[in-house]
Amino acid sequence: MTDSEKPSRRMFTASAGAAFAGMVLTACGPKRLYEVPQHKLKASIAEMERRYKEQLGKDIQVSDQGPMPGVHFAFALDISRCIGCRRCVYGCVAENNQSRDPQIHWIRVFSMEKEKGVDFTHADPYYNPPEVPEEGHFYVPVGCQQCENPPCTKVCPTGATWAEKDGIVVIDYDWCIGCRYCMAACPYGARHFNWKAPTIPENEINPHTHYLGNRPRPKGVVEKCTFCIQRSREGRYPACVEVCPVGARKFGNILDPNSEIRYIIEHKRVLVLKEELNTVPRFFYFYAT
Amino acid sequence: MRSGLLLLLLSGGIVPAADGPKIPPAPAGPERIEVPPPPFSDGIFPCTNCHAGMPVDRTRRELTAMHTDIVLKHDETHRWCLDCHDPTNRDFLHLASGERVPFDESYRLCGQCHGEKYRDWRAGVHGRRTGNWNGAKEYLLCAHCHNPHQPRFKPLAPKPAPQRPDRSMK
Repeated sequence: MTDSEKPSRRMFTASAGAAFAGMVLTACGPKRLYEVPQHKLKASIAEMERRYKEQLGKDIQVSDQGPMPGVHFAFALDISRCIGCRRCVYGCVAENNQSRDPQIHWIRVFSMEKEKGVDFTHADPYYNPPEVPEEGHFYVPVGCQQCENPPCTKVCPTGATWAEKDGIVVIDYDWCIGCRYCMAACPYGARHFNWKAPTIPENEINPHTHYLGNRPRPKGVVEKCTFCIQRSREGRYPACVEVCPVGARKFGNILDPNSEIRYIIEHKRVLVLKEELNTVPRFFYFYAT
Repeated sequence: MRSGLLLLLLSGGIVPAADGPKIPPAPAGPERIEVPPPPFSDGIFPCTNCHAGMPVDRTRRELTAMHTDIVLKHDETHRWCLDCHDPTNRDFLHLASGERVPFDESYRLCGQCHGEKYRDWRAGVHGRRTGNWNGAKEYLLCAHCHNPHQPRFKPLAPKPAPQRPDRSMK
C-alpha cells in the first residue's frame, strides 16, 4: 500500500466525527418500543389512537401488553384433520385487519397430493373445488412459524422486527422502512408487504388491537402472523383456532407440562417445516391418527 | 448371599403380579365436562313426550312410522337404535354396562368404542375448543360435529382461493 492510498489523518478524523454525529442523532430520534419510558409510551399510544380515530372515524384500542413470564407460545396443526376449507384464512383477515384490496392473507393453505407427501414443489394454494376435502389430497396451512432462530429478524437493517420473550416474532410498523429483506430471508413466505395503503371496510375493522400486531398499518410496511398477540397475551386462543370447523388447530404454552401442546408433542407424530434450515419453528404439524 | 438377596428382591417384585398386575383403582366415574346443550332437532326432546306410554319393540326393523329421516351409517350391520338409546327411559342413552347416561354426557357412550378419540378429546387435542388457552375452555360434544347416526364429517365448500399475484401496472 502506498502512502497516497492510505486514509489521511484528516480523512479519518472527519469520518470518525461523522460516525459519532450519526450515532448521537440516531439516539435522539424515535426510541424502540422497550426503550421508551412507560409514561411516554402511554402518551404516544394515546396519540396513535387519536390519529386512528381521525383517519378511520372509529375508536381503536391499541394495547401494549408485554409477554407473560413463564410463557412460551407454540402452535400445532393436525394435518390428518385439516380439510382445506380456508375458514382460518378469512378468520385471520377479519381479526387482524388485513388489507382486502390489495389482498393480504397471513395464512396460505396448500393442497398437496397424498402420494407425494409434504412437498411444496407440487403444492397448490389456488385450489378451488366445489367441496373439500378432495379425493387423494391433504392440506397444509402455512403462516409464520414463529421460529426460535428466525432468519427474518437477523437481516432487518433497522431492528424493526424481533422475537419477543414469549416466542412471538413481531414487527414495529413505525420502525419498518419497507426494504423487504425479511421477506427474502423467510423460508416460509410468511411475511407480506403493503404495496398500497390497506383498505378495510369501516364496519369490518377490528378495534381491539395490539401495538405489535393487528393495529392498522400504513403503506410500505411488512406484516405477518403474530399468534393473534392481542388475544393470546390476554389468555385467549388465536382467532384461527376458534374458527377451525374440524378443530385441527391447537395452541398453548409449551412450558406448561399440562398444556394441549405438550400432550401433542409427547404423544403424536410431529414435524416442522424445512427442519434442515435450523430455524427451530414453534409451529408444529402433527398427525392425530 | 448377594444372589440370594437379589432373588428375594426379584421374588418380592413378582409376588404381587401373581394376583394380577397392580391397577390403580378405577375412578368413581369420569369427571363431568361442561359442554353446550346437545344438538337436538327442534321439538324432539324430551323423547318421553311420545315414548312414555309406548310399548318397547326390541325387534330390529326399518322405522316407517316416525324418525324416517334417520339413516344409520354408523356400523349399521352391527348396531341398532337400542344399542345406544335406553329402551325404558328414552330421555337417556345407555352404556354397554346398562348404565344410563344423559345426552349431555354422550361422550362417555362414544368413548366406549372410540377410546383413543375420547382420550384425545379430553386432553383437548381432538375437536374444537374455544375460550382461553390458560383458563376456561368450552368443549363441544362429539355430536356437535359428528351426526351420531352418520358420523363422517360432511365436506364443506371452501372459502375463495387467494388472488394470483397481479403483475400488471395499475
